[in-house]
Amino acid sequence: MTTFLLTVAAGLLLAAFLCLYRIGRGPSAPDRTVAIDILGTLMVGFCCVMALWTGQDFYMNIAIAWALLSFIGTIALAKYLEGRQYDE
Amino acid sequence: MNDIGTVAKVLIGVGLAFDVFGCVGLVRLPDVYNRVQAATKCVTLGTCLILAGTAVGGTSAAMAFKALLGAVFILLTSPVAAHAIARGAYKSGVRLWEGSVMDRYGEEKHPERTRPERAEPAPPGEALGAARESAP
Repeated sequence: MTTFLLTVAAGLLLAAFLCLYRIGRGPSAPDRTVAIDILGTLMVGFCCVMALWTGQDFYMNIAIAWALLSFIGTIALAKYLEGRQYDE
Repeated sequence: MNDIGTVAKVLIGVGLAFDVFGCVGLVRLPDVYNRVQAATKCVTLGTCLILAGTAVGGTSAAMAFKALLGAVFILLTSPVAAHAIARGAYKSGVRLWEGSVMDRYGEEKHPERTRPERAEPAPPGEALGAARESAP
């Protein structure tokens, strides 16, 4: 049980570091926005692991709030990208 | 800490595999549009499977209900966010990968604009518009 959850947490951490690589490396702003959105979705998985680890259900409240705030932030960044046009 | 069961472990393991492979696609693919496709679809399914595993193997009914609520919410919002990012990227002038073979959005918005990597010359805008109007 503990070994399984540690393995899941390590895999999610690997995925999060891949997202961080894209955030740091990404040649354009939309690349970084995509990676930030994916990182916010991965954090919901981390909250699930923590809820199963501790048996407390308030981690799921954190997961739902995190998904909501990540969505709103991504929409705001996308609207910011859309308003900045190079050729018109 | 009690055991979470085999079904929950299988669901969480498959979801973890989808998450990791989606992030590998986020690193490996050449274009922001390819990246948003691969990463959004894989990570949405993976996180929904992890939430489903939490709902199956959770300790209380409240945890299961909140996990299913989070899964429904991610299924609703993640495609919307990906579409907004792709649209914002296109409108901010990010070029397609040079190996891309089709740009329907650009052809619809700017029919007079030709792509530089295309081998044969594109039809001019008037001919394209006339062909579209004459088409049933």
